[in-house]
Amino acid sequence: MLRKYLDRIKPNFEEGGRLHSFHSVFDGIETFLYTPRTTSASGVHIHDSLDSKRIMIIVVLALMPCLLFGMYNTGYQNFLGSGAASFPLLPIMAYGFLAILPKIAVTYVVGLGIEFIAAQWRKEEIQEGFLVTGILVPLICPIETPLWMLAVATAFSVIFVKEVFGGTGYNIFNVALVTRAFLFFAYPASMSGDRAFISASPICGIGGTVNFADGISGATPLGQIATHSGGALQIHNIVGDPVSNWDAFLGLIPGSFGETSTLCILIGAALLLTTGIASWRIMLSVFAGGLLAGFVVNMFATPTYPSSYLMPWQQLIYGGFAFAAVFMATDPVTAARTGAGKYVYGLLVGIMAIVIRVYNNGYPEGAMLAVLLMNAFAPLIDYCVVQTNINRRVNRLKTKAEKQS
Amino acid sequence: MSEKISLKGALFNPLSKNNPVVVQVLGICSVLAVTAKLEPAIVMGISVIAVLAFSNVIISLIRNTIPTNIRIIVQLVVVAGLVVIVDQLLKAYAYDVSKQLSVFIGLIITNCILMGRLEAFAMANKPLPSFLDGIGNGLGYTVILVIVGFFRELLGSGTLLGYQVVPDSFYEAGYVNNGLMILPPMALIIVACIIWVQRARNKDLQEP
Repeated sequence: MLRKYLDRIKPNFEEGGRLHSFHSVFDGIETFLYTPRTTSASGVHIHDSLDSKRIMIIVVLALMPCLLFGMYNTGYQNFLGSGAASFPLLPIMAYGFLAILPKIAVTYVVGLGIEFIAAQWRKEEIQEGFLVTGILVPLICPIETPLWMLAVATAFSVIFVKEVFGGTGYNIFNVALVTRAFLFFAYPASMSGDRAFISASPICGIGGTVNFADGISGATPLGQIATHSGGALQIHNIVGDPVSNWDAFLGLIPGSFGETSTLCILIGAALLLTTGIASWRIMLSVFAGGLLAGFVVNMFATPTYPSSYLMPWQQLIYGGFAFAAVFMATDPVTAARTGAGKYVYGLLVGIMAIVIRVYNNGYPEGAMLAVLLMNAFAPLIDYCVVQTNINRRVNRLKTKAEKQS
Repeated sequence: MSEKISLKGALFNPLSKNNPVVVQVLGICSVLAVTAKLEPAIVMGISVIAVLAFSNVIISLIRNTIPTNIRIIVQLVVVAGLVVIVDQLLKAYAYDVSKQLSVFIGLIITNCILMGRLEAFAMANKPLPSFLDGIGNGLGYTVILVIVGFFRELLGSGTLLGYQVVPDSFYEAGYVNNGLMILPPMALIIVACIIWVQRARNKDLQEP
């Protein structure tokens, strides 16, 4: 039925049709819903049933566990903070859903709006890259991020990081992470501290009011550690109870919306790896780099840098490290592309994330900056790998020629 | 007649078609450094206009007596002398601004625009055109500085020339100044936007 409707309105958008100026919008929607009918007429090199729209859909699916758990955690933190006696699943989920919905809507409207305009302007098809970015952005931002800030940051990064470089597939930096970095540097007061990560007021009558005056602190575990001084290190949840490693692994801790649960991230990672969409080389080496750096940092632990006391594996379950490793570092556009380059790239992301996190108390979380930094270096890593290969082959040819003569 | 046209060109070409900052991409360092607020940007611009105009005239006057081998040193001495004068004047009459500008007045000596104009124009032209060329290039530099300073102060601090522009009701409604605007990267992005707009309007400036 939908197909029939699309076919019926299609002539309007074709050359000379009434709504020709919207043809890229139509084309975008049509190919989103149905696999395109047209095939390449000339020779193509790779045949695959996956086009980039399907890839994007799978990534979005892989993000679903994080999204759902983020909703639960947002509701849970609000219920916990407002002193609720019981934690019924349904209202908690409804609360989280209502809290995140406006953010997803704003990100998509702003980002897709700019993409549509840019595509129309350049007379190209709509590129589908924003499908994933639009869901990543709300997932990596604190729940209390004001909507207008989200809109400004999204617009900035879509224009200056993506469209200026030529659109999807040409960007040097990860668009979602630049959005987060823009927010972090432009509005630091709204992006950190002990209030940004807890949704504090009831929404549509669900949930309660979190009263921060009652000794409640919504600081994230890494935030607490960075400001920790003296005494034994113990992380507390928002009502002051100690947080176990198991809680942190499950994700029942304050943090940016979708990154708290290492478990859900791993479910997403499994999906990405079994479908072969994300590079296992990058993912593996990011975790390896994180563990390595965590181990070295822990060996030289000093009270000046409190987070150096964390066990290496604890470094991986707190903060956005796992999320960055699975969903950010593996972005095929901005990561290194050569096989050996991927190992180097991933390893450096992992190491830098922990080094920034531990040795700069101003940035309790270093994963974002580490990935962005390595984005800038990825082309250089690839260049070195390719050059080494070329040199090796040249030498091999030389020795072969010498043997023959 | 041709003399008249070239005089006009010397004064007005650097304003847009041959702007030292956005077309020749010179002097970017100081554009990033002094434009967080509008006032230092304007003072910096005026200082550069003064130094550029007078050094152009002086070099143009003695251009036939400068030995080619040591011309850069002679140019530097002239510029350095003028910069010291400007620096002392600012310290005497506009102490606060001069503190904000700190080393960047001194660094006018190393500003590529100055060496570029002295080499390319003053060494080969008469004093009057050189003077106008200096004014023109200084103005072209100042225009960019003022545009960048305007946006950075407006969006980054909510003020213009120190006076609050963004009304209090905005802040009460949840508006927050953009802290990134205070940091140098945003100056680079604003300069990029100016270049973007300018090249979109002047097709002949676009590189293939």
